[in-house]
Amino acid sequence: MPASRYTRTAIALHWLMAVLLIGLFGVGTYMSDLPVSPQKLKIYSWHKWAGVTAFLLIAFRLAWRVGHRPPPLPESMPAWQQVAAHGLHHLLYLLMIAIPLSGWLMSSAKGFQTVYFGVLPLPDLVGKDKELGDLLKTVHTTLNYSLAALVLAHVGAALKHHLLDRDDILSRMLPFLARKG
Amino acid sequence: MKKPAHLGRALLASFLLTISGLALAVEFNQFRAEQSTLTFVSRQMGVPIDGRFGKFAVALSFDPARPANASARLDLDLASVDTGSKDANDEVVGKAWFNLKVFPGATFVATAVRPLGGERFELVGKLTIKGKTQDIAAPFTFRQEGANGVFDGAFTLKRLDFGVGDGAWSDVSTVANEVQIKFHIVAAPAAARK
Repeated sequence: MPASRYTRTAIALHWLMAVLLIGLFGVGTYMSDLPVSPQKLKIYSWHKWAGVTAFLLIAFRLAWRVGHRPPPLPESMPAWQQVAAHGLHHLLYLLMIAIPLSGWLMSSAKGFQTVYFGVLPLPDLVGKDKELGDLLKTVHTTLNYSLAALVLAHVGAALKHHLLDRDDILSRMLPFLARKG
Repeated sequence: MKKPAHLGRALLASFLLTISGLALAVEFNQFRAEQSTLTFVSRQMGVPIDGRFGKFAVALSFDPARPANASARLDLDLASVDTGSKDANDEVVGKAWFNLKVFPGATFVATAVRPLGGERFELVGKLTIKGKTQDIAAPFTFRQEGANGVFDGAFTLKRLDFGVGDGAWSDVSTVANEVQIKFHIVAAPAAARK
């Protein structure tokens, strides 16, 4: 019999990343318009370090998912909704990988190497190149707004399942919401 | 008939000495701006950032055989700075950093050049930035490439010694106090005056 909810590890990773990604999005949006100051340099560095952390977490999360399949969607869900749910999840994963990669490449193209927590230097996969840096900034921003829109759809769908369909989709990821009986 | 032979040998010897002396006394004093570079490495949050100065002039006189007689002066146009990013370029001209309106230039004047053996030397002198003067010692190598003399050296200065980046920027955990300066100076010999 397949599990009826996600593993503790999967649940922990999901909510940890939810908090981290919302924080990264907020800080990333705020910091780009700041005037140059020591504070700005610090915020940029922390944003980059948190982004590397998010990348490591998503890599671990994918590996975990391969070994621990998520519970199946309820049979009551129409086929098109199941396809949409899987499609949305795939896109979320894709963006969670692509966004930190685009940030890392953008940083290199702008001439600022990423040194994880000021200790571990990540290689520059691209050299300093202003045009490429500007392009990657657009890519990074666009991918982020795409992720934000998909996250809203993801949250909306979860709430719809919980409040309107009254199924156990949300409680699989938030066990304390599980309905008795 | 022995004396003329001695005389001939003595003449030859003195002639050889003279030309070898001439060969040694090559003095490099024609600064080649387009082949010379002045670069630096600053550190932001532990990350090295390459920068450069585009415009500087060097007046020098250097004979590798007579380093004690050397002289050098460098005049740097600080407005030609490229810190590696537009944000920082806009910032660094301001009051907290170079304060270009008041201090448009920096100068270095050599007070001594000491031989360290082989092609290695040490340059000692006074560096003035933002009205503050500090003693600087920089090891360098001198090589001849074709007709030109090439000087390659580096030293590390502390920006706060010159009041560069004061106020909020004096927090060296964001922008390090140490800045490495690297110079690559090309000079043609005096004879190659054109």
